[in-house]
Amino acid sequence: MPPGQLNGADQAWMMTSTALVLLMTPALGFFYGGMVGTKNVLNTILMSFTTLGYSLVAWALVAYSLAFSPGNALIGDLRWAFLKGVDLATGQSLGPTISHVVYMAFQATFAIITTALVSGGIVSRMRIKAYLIFITLWIIVIYGPIAHWVWGGGWLGQLGALDFAGGTVVHVNAGMGALAAALVLGNRTNYGRQAFLPGNVPFVLLGAALLWFGWFGFNGGSAVASNKYAALAFTNTFLAPGGCMAIWSLLDLMRTGKVTAMGVATAIVVGLVVITPASGFVPPFWGLVMGGIGAIPSYYVIVWRARTRVDESLDVFAGHAVGGATGAILTGVFAVKAWNGVQDGLIAGNPHQVLVQIIAVAGAAAYSFCGTFVLLKIIGAVSALRAAPQEEAVGMDPTQHGEEAYTSGEGAILVLPEGSEAPTLGPAEAKA
Amino acid sequence: MKLIVAIVRPDKVNDVLEALYRVKVRGLSLSRVQGHGGELERVETYRGTTVKVELNEKVRFEIGVSDHFVERTVRAIMAAARTGEVGDGKIFVLPVEKVYRIRTGEEDTAAVTPVGVT
Repeated sequence: MPPGQLNGADQAWMMTSTALVLLMTPALGFFYGGMVGTKNVLNTILMSFTTLGYSLVAWALVAYSLAFSPGNALIGDLRWAFLKGVDLATGQSLGPTISHVVYMAFQATFAIITTALVSGGIVSRMRIKAYLIFITLWIIVIYGPIAHWVWGGGWLGQLGALDFAGGTVVHVNAGMGALAAALVLGNRTNYGRQAFLPGNVPFVLLGAALLWFGWFGFNGGSAVASNKYAALAFTNTFLAPGGCMAIWSLLDLMRTGKVTAMGVATAIVVGLVVITPASGFVPPFWGLVMGGIGAIPSYYVIVWRARTRVDESLDVFAGHAVGGATGAILTGVFAVKAWNGVQDGLIAGNPHQVLVQIIAVAGAAAYSFCGTFVLLKIIGAVSALRAAPQEEAVGMDPTQHGEEAYTSGEGAILVLPEGSEAPTLGPAEAKA
Repeated sequence: MKLIVAIVRPDKVNDVLEALYRVKVRGLSLSRVQGHGGELERVETYRGTTVKVELNEKVRFEIGVSDHFVERTVRAIMAAARTGEVGDGKIFVLPVEKVYRIRTGEEDTAAVTPVGVT
């Protein structure tokens, strides 16, 4: 099949993958929503759902062009802004055998979930208006450049950094962004004095399951074709979370004597994060091993973080920045050119790749942390970021959304439109 | 003996528990209740349906104490549960006719005195 010609199998797989990855954002909403109290569950789920509106629009208008048009080593240009030139033809985008529109949509789902991931650091305290401004801008000024550096022809890609599906672009980026956001927003009231327990652990498990399902598109689709590399990424996506869960629950068992549901759910996600950059580069046995190794740093950073004074509430840093960095660096260890057709890593005799991977992680981490910090400071200068203490006490669901997740209806009085009168009789009586 | 009934905000429960612990009040029970104490109603909208929610979630403490414990218990709750906004709640002090401790059959003041305190 000559490049530039539409390949039906590639197009079908990439459209399927786009739908799979799209599902991950609502899934993340449930994963995070289950971890907060029942007065904040809608707010937390909506922090993910709203990226499907605000961040998606920003992506279509400018961020896609900044991330994926040629431009220079730091940023793309505006040739595809407002979706101009994003058409049905092949050969325009970085997906040589699929329509440009499909490539744009596929990449959009990555940008959206990365933005949603950041919300895990700042749940239960941010004003929704400020949050909507934040997610609209973050995808443009933080995600866009980093995606360009690694995938869009920027300096990290030129350096030879391997990131199959977004270990640095998505996970290191989101984790560092969440940490910066948590530092700017400050802790939840009573953090450190009072325990914040998950309100619905089954939601967390359900979210993790749906994330795993969607992740087959995330990693498998990152081959941007229906080829053998997609098959490798797909299989590693299957293996690594299992390896991670086995090790994670053993660590749980050793530390607490129990295997926890929160631990199993978290392990699935961390295993997926760790394999993301490596999925199309490492042989499947090493994919399984990477999942297992990846459990260890994230597990202990979660345990340690809870003892600190930093309320990075849902441990996006531990899960995604630490997990993503572990995965990115191990990609430089376990990559085998015979499997990936691109580059060898340390075990195949190319130790230099580890250094390249470390540079990529450090570059993405530094930009994301500093950029997110500055962005939130600027937004905070024009619009208050924090909800008022009494709003936080009542809960974000009633105060930010005017809704509750679990309504009783007791004491709720129907408000009728101006000028209309309440019927004095029930319908049955009125008829008679 | 007196029965102290205190209605407080749910988000102040931990503060109240801590304050009671500090003044050595040990025996209590609490329940989640809904009530209305003059605060502004909240407006909620579900698609086209708009409602005013007039009942707010509160937590009710019930604490049986001997007479010389009443003052410190009330002070502790009042200090811990106060925000200064409408809706902070109420404290009622009720006379109690008789108290029995089920385990031992002790009565009255002995029944509301925690084990190990004389």
